[in-house]
Amino acid sequence: MEAFQNLGFWGTLLVTVVLSALPLVFILLYALVTIYLEMKVAAHVQDRLAYMRTGWHGVLQPIADFIKLLQKEDIISSAADRKLFILAPYIVFMGTYGAYAAIPFSSIFIGSNIDLGAFFIVAASSLVVVGILMAGWASNNKWSIFGAVRSAAQMVSYEIPTALAILVGVMITGSLNLQEVTKFQAGGIQDWVIFGGPLPLLQKILITPFTVITFLILFVASLAEVNRTPFDLPEAESELVQGFFTEYSGMRWALFYVAEYANMFLVSAVVVSFFLGGWGSPFGSALSGPIWGLFWFILKGMVLIFLQIWLRWTLPRLRVDQLMYTSWKVLTPFLFVCIICIGLILVL
Amino acid sequence: MIETKTLPTQYVSQPGALKTSSGQTVRTDEMIINMGPQHPSTHGVLRLEIVVDGEIIIDVIPHIGYLHRCFEKHAEHMANYQQVIPYCDRLDYCAAINEEHSYVLAVERLLKIEVPERVEYIRVIMAELQRIASHLIAVGTFGIDAGAFTPFLYAFHDRELILSLFEMTCGARLLYNYFWIGGLSHDIPPQFADKAKEFCTYFKPRIKEFNDLLTFNEIFVKRTANVGVLPKDVAINYACSGPMLRGSGVNWDLRRDDPYSVYHKIEWEPKIGKGEMGTVGDVWDRHIVRMREMEESVKIIEQALAALPEGNVQAAIPKRIRPDAGEVYARTETPRGELGFYLISDGTGTPFRLKCRAPAFVNLSVLPEISRGAMIADLVLIAGSTDIVLGQVDR
Amino acid sequence: MTADEIYNSLKAQFGDAIVEAKLDALQPWIVVDPNRTKEIALFLRDEPATQFDSMMCLSGVDYNGGKLGIVYHLFSMVHKHKIVLKAHCTKENPHIQSVSSVWGTANWHEREVFDMYGVVIDEHPDLRRILLPYDWEGHPLRKDYKVPEFYNGMKVPY
Repeated sequence: MEAFQNLGFWGTLLVTVVLSALPLVFILLYALVTIYLEMKVAAHVQDRLAYMRTGWHGVLQPIADFIKLLQKEDIISSAADRKLFILAPYIVFMGTYGAYAAIPFSSIFIGSNIDLGAFFIVAASSLVVVGILMAGWASNNKWSIFGAVRSAAQMVSYEIPTALAILVGVMITGSLNLQEVTKFQAGGIQDWVIFGGPLPLLQKILITPFTVITFLILFVASLAEVNRTPFDLPEAESELVQGFFTEYSGMRWALFYVAEYANMFLVSAVVVSFFLGGWGSPFGSALSGPIWGLFWFILKGMVLIFLQIWLRWTLPRLRVDQLMYTSWKVLTPFLFVCIICIGLILVL
Repeated sequence: MIETKTLPTQYVSQPGALKTSSGQTVRTDEMIINMGPQHPSTHGVLRLEIVVDGEIIIDVIPHIGYLHRCFEKHAEHMANYQQVIPYCDRLDYCAAINEEHSYVLAVERLLKIEVPERVEYIRVIMAELQRIASHLIAVGTFGIDAGAFTPFLYAFHDRELILSLFEMTCGARLLYNYFWIGGLSHDIPPQFADKAKEFCTYFKPRIKEFNDLLTFNEIFVKRTANVGVLPKDVAINYACSGPMLRGSGVNWDLRRDDPYSVYHKIEWEPKIGKGEMGTVGDVWDRHIVRMREMEESVKIIEQALAALPEGNVQAAIPKRIRPDAGEVYARTETPRGELGFYLISDGTGTPFRLKCRAPAFVNLSVLPEISRGAMIADLVLIAGSTDIVLGQVDR
Repeated sequence: MTADEIYNSLKAQFGDAIVEAKLDALQPWIVVDPNRTKEIALFLRDEPATQFDSMMCLSGVDYNGGKLGIVYHLFSMVHKHKIVLKAHCTKENPHIQSVSSVWGTANWHEREVFDMYGVVIDEHPDLRRILLPYDWEGHPLRKDYKVPEFYNGMKVPY
């Protein structure tokens, strides 16, 4: 961003718009790839083939799906609250997309290099809840309300373990700025926070069990944040039939869908930035640089997304009370223990 | 532009103004919500009218009949007794062979004819293959109800192999019309026995794999244990049958306790729920009973294949079936439980009255009893564990 | 217990309420008073010698000639014996007492009989149609049933 300081008002505006649109392009491309990946992984988990006819191994299918969705009739039921109904998908997408501003894709590309990065991401992504509640309410459908309320309860509950786990990362790296956090772990795989970060050896050995636990908790909580199995209660196909987006069709539905996939990458990006070295190369200074950084970042993110998909097609779903139990009585107390122990080890 | 009409939204102004279909008043903090007829977890067109307080179920009122096809009326208006068999197939399209078995048994008892031993053995083999196929659907869709999609496709893969065996025998894959009064429509093809043995060998490890994937999955156990507990006395009072009854710990199986065909010549035992993960009679028990019954069925098939005698596959029956005036109630153990046919003959060539006692119908009637106080997510599992087929419920 | 013994104990207990019996049939049956089915059922269920704890089936029948009936197939899971009870009524006065308080399973079966034959089940807790739509007219399994021309404006025969 520093390179574009002398462009005047219009020039700056143009550059800002172009730069802030880059994550959007990324999200769209990534969504196509991930939808394809999801279907293929699901199929191979289930002993079948999935798309095979549209292009080589069906690679064109997500594009065909996208075109199909564009052409679909936009249905708004007459008893729906029209304004909120139309607004809801945009708010959901806005919350997710807004959070992308503070994600460091590479050493030179970050939407906004703010010092409160992690805090901003947590705050912006909770806007999604508002959109979901709005969608459920506006649909004027009891099942959608169930989905929306479940979703709100779930996301709010799981913000706590997520935020606490991020706090652990902040304690070790000493910064809320994701760019700084990433640079802190630049020394290769042994310097990643999941393995204790670049601390003195004794501290590192002591701290590693707690960071690994924190990493796992953050991953689990992030699954709940994005409503993926085993925490897919808001959508719960067999109970609520897609929950809050039952009544949506065509592009509005697609917007929810893209937002959901974007959210998957968002939470993976947070996990990657805090615990897996962000855009840093696992081999220290080898294979590092802005372009390699982008590559490593997306690769790490996609590995986590692969894990999410794998879990989704393997596990059953939890019940509402069990979901809350997991958050409040399992994840949060464990995190408190981790925070205290890590804090003590850090002041050693 | 198409004009859209805004529908008037009805608000209930006075407490007590809203009533359920069975006449109970709904309190102001409760809500009536309809699960179905178009809902993926009702396994067909069942409508459950649920009164909920938040997610907690206060009452469930099942509404059935969306798939009513007048089976009993049709049976009275057929040209002869044989024509009813294809209609029996369509009662429970997941276990068609077992439905035929019950019906032909009723007619044969009324006619007082014995069928050749080879027929009895083939009937047992087919009925047990069908039982496995039906249980595979039951446990597979039960997995979907619990949110696990993958086991369903594993189950369907194996079911496909069984359907191929049926296709090889009588050409049909779902609705067979294979058991005829006094015998079978065809003998089994020569390569059938080998293929069936091959399937048994293949299938045994698959059951274990399925158990590892779903039955003993920690989340699945947490979801199903202690949910929808059906106590023994309620189960008997509501005449539940099949895995519903055995899941409640009642050691009862018509194949052993009211023997028909050649089940008494084969070594096997009924499996009952023991409350391993929670309470006896919970949803998990009903699931595990189905899983273990498949193992038993494999045993039965293997023994029946080994003992299969040579001979004719059609007993000598009159060309025109006219049983003496009289009545009979014949029942068999289908995958869903006791399927009975109450048949009255007035001496003519068509049944005077044919009543089908459908196990799914009876098992469903206990649903309100066991789902009060559960959550919506549990109701889905409880309904799934009763393993209803709406074709049979509605007839 | 054999059918004879069951018949004798019923006859001793209820006398006139036991109308008729055919004990040499393929499955022996006993006809009882339609207004006293509940107490007879309760006796058969709770008497230690009979203990018919399970009702296999409950079917409505139209016997032609204005006679309707319900057939109860009873079974004891303890003693493993069976008996068939019947209760008859006329088309003019189709009333039979409910046994759903004795066997829970009778509830839906009796609704079905009401639905298909129009037999009013007295003392039934929730007597509604079960398989047919609530606004359906007539009782289709009666032998003299005529298919209606229209249902809610839709032509029925096709």
